[in-house]
Amino acid sequence: MKHIISVLLENRFGAFNRVATMFSGKGFNIQSISIGETEMPETSRMTLVTSGDDKIIEQVVKQLNRLIDTIKVVDLTQSSNIIREMALITVFYQKGTRSEITNICNIFRGNIVDINNKTLTLEITGPPDKIDAAVNVLMGYGIKEMARSGAVALKRGEQIKDQRKETTFTQL
Amino acid sequence: MKKAKRFMTGAEIFFECLRYEKVKHIFGYPGGAVLKLYEQLYDVDFLEHILVRHEQGATHAAEGYAKATGKVGVVLVTSGPGATNTVTGIADAYMDSVPLVVFTGQVASHLIGNDAFQEADIVGITRPITKHNFLVRDVKELAITIKQAFYIASTGRPGPVLVDLPKDVINSSCDFEYPEEIDLKGYKPVYFGHQNQIKKAAEMLKKAKKPLLYVGGGVIMSGGTNELAILAKENNLPVTMTLQGLGSFSGIEDQSLGMLGMHGTYCANMAVNNCDLLIALGARFDDRVTGNPDTFAKDAYKIHVDIDPTAIDKNVTVDLPIVGDVKHVLAEIASELSEPLKYDEWWDQINSWKDECPLLYEDNDGRLRTEFVIESLFNKTKGNAVIVSDVGQHQMWTAQYFNFTNPRSFITSGGLGTMGFSVPASIGASFGVKDKPVISINGDGGFQMNIQELVTAVAYKLPIKFVVINNSFLGMVRQWQELFHLEKYSFTDLSASNPDFVKVAEAFGLKAFLVESPKEMKSTLDKAFEINNGPVLIECRVVQEDMVFPMIPPGASVESMIVKRLNSKQ
Repeated sequence: MKHIISVLLENRFGAFNRVATMFSGKGFNIQSISIGETEMPETSRMTLVTSGDDKIIEQVVKQLNRLIDTIKVVDLTQSSNIIREMALITVFYQKGTRSEITNICNIFRGNIVDINNKTLTLEITGPPDKIDAAVNVLMGYGIKEMARSGAVALKRGEQIKDQRKETTFTQL
Repeated sequence: MKKAKRFMTGAEIFFECLRYEKVKHIFGYPGGAVLKLYEQLYDVDFLEHILVRHEQGATHAAEGYAKATGKVGVVLVTSGPGATNTVTGIADAYMDSVPLVVFTGQVASHLIGNDAFQEADIVGITRPITKHNFLVRDVKELAITIKQAFYIASTGRPGPVLVDLPKDVINSSCDFEYPEEIDLKGYKPVYFGHQNQIKKAAEMLKKAKKPLLYVGGGVIMSGGTNELAILAKENNLPVTMTLQGLGSFSGIEDQSLGMLGMHGTYCANMAVNNCDLLIALGARFDDRVTGNPDTFAKDAYKIHVDIDPTAIDKNVTVDLPIVGDVKHVLAEIASELSEPLKYDEWWDQINSWKDECPLLYEDNDGRLRTEFVIESLFNKTKGNAVIVSDVGQHQMWTAQYFNFTNPRSFITSGGLGTMGFSVPASIGASFGVKDKPVISINGDGGFQMNIQELVTAVAYKLPIKFVVINNSFLGMVRQWQELFHLEKYSFTDLSASNPDFVKVAEAFGLKAFLVESPKEMKSTLDKAFEINNGPVLIECRVVQEDMVFPMIPPGASVESMIVKRLNSKQ
């Protein structure tokens, strides 16, 4: 099963490498990694997408925790989460297919960010399965090249048991 | 009281930090990138630097020192080849959780990445085999990094830490102040086990009919051997130990079943196979212990006490994990038991296994065997010695036949199985232990892997007894070839090429003895143990074709145990 693991890391030289080395050394699989700064400049947040049975995921989380540079490890799969990925997809168009592709882009709430006489470049953001769906459709038109970011994810805000604020939170 | 700041060079700061860490011995080898440190070392008087003859020797010596004393072993080597030569020792320390701090020189910061002379990315190379490692990028970070390195190496589950020191960092200066405290956000070892889990463990002990303690090296590292003895003795619990756990519980007590696992005793493995409660204490369910993990203690309720959460449920799924320092947890479990427990029927069963298949070897054909050599060493020292074994058949026979009575009396390379470990490790142990003889037991293969360190032992007049068990074969490999590889003794016969070990030792400056038959053993040991102003070598020419039994073939279950194959004593 696929798991999304969020790791708060010390923003130190080699910290990212340590995580990658651990994954390859232990034979864990990584589908994607993305890393960037957080609201605290001395830390960075890494979002890992990995897969394995419960026993493997338990070891993944423990081994991540064991690294000195990791501050907090959360398996977001266990809780309600927001997960986003971005793809830039350059697609060939012909006479007549340009508007079809534009329509598809709109359906996936993407943006056209570049165009020339042969290709269109689409920017699509969303959960990984949405990107997969867009890629599948666009494949029919001929994808020239594509770049996908790794997933970034956060836990959803906790449902705070406070009567006064309840209405606000349920809108989330 | 806050100490005044002083303006110091990196090299001065380095040794000031070692002084704060109470380092007394450092194993090293000089070279270009660390010349400034060696310049400073020239005037340092609070620690002894031991010059080894190869950097691998330095790391193994530091391991031997750490395992014998419980202190952190410290290594100082130069960049490039000096650093890469430490790798095997670091990997060995990582597998066996030995606290080391390894300082490596590095080319100047502005040259890093330029393929400079004697440059190697040692931080990258050692990342998967260290508990943590550092590249010091600024002299201002030097003191706090050294403090963190010692803290990380020695706390929690101990392990090696490497600190890479670029030449310019050591040469530049800054204000020095040794940090009194450090706070590592991502590193907080848990020492006290969860109360409810501990209560549950005590409950399970009360309920159990056939309990067994499975004790690993963690009990020795945590200093929990007294707590183990109290719990085991008051409640009449059987104890079996791993290779690293030997000595945590006295091997001459009836309650000790000896070692378990691939070459463990019949009794210990039968007990594991039949127990209804297995308590793993500071052990990690290594494949050499479990064989087939699916059938390992398959009917037992399993409790696992370990300070490292990753050790739990890694190889064998357990019923009750307790994360904590095994010393504390043992004491707390004992305090939960109001009255002593008894397991008489279980003991009848265990004793019948003991009688059914004790350890034994052929001893009436007048030929010298390793088992006899080990027994003779035990009889000579009454167990009051530090035994440092290498890797192979002699190591297993040492584990089986030397009844280790004290913690830290057996030092061996377990997890990594590093041939060439014993000679340098015994040198380290000899610096740490002055009140007991240090005996290095080697095979003829492994002895040649770090033979250069004999010079170190001679140079420092260390009274080490180097024993070479010479069967002119890579014996353990030969055993596997005989049992599992169609008796194709591919490249394991050293008889044509082995040197004359007595002559080699004499050339190095050791007094050397040769033993070829059992009747020469005692008198030779008597003579060798009289010499205490330097090392001696005792070469024992033993039977070539013997195999270590019992043996559970790799990955198999206890049912597949090969018990004995004595030629004439069937």
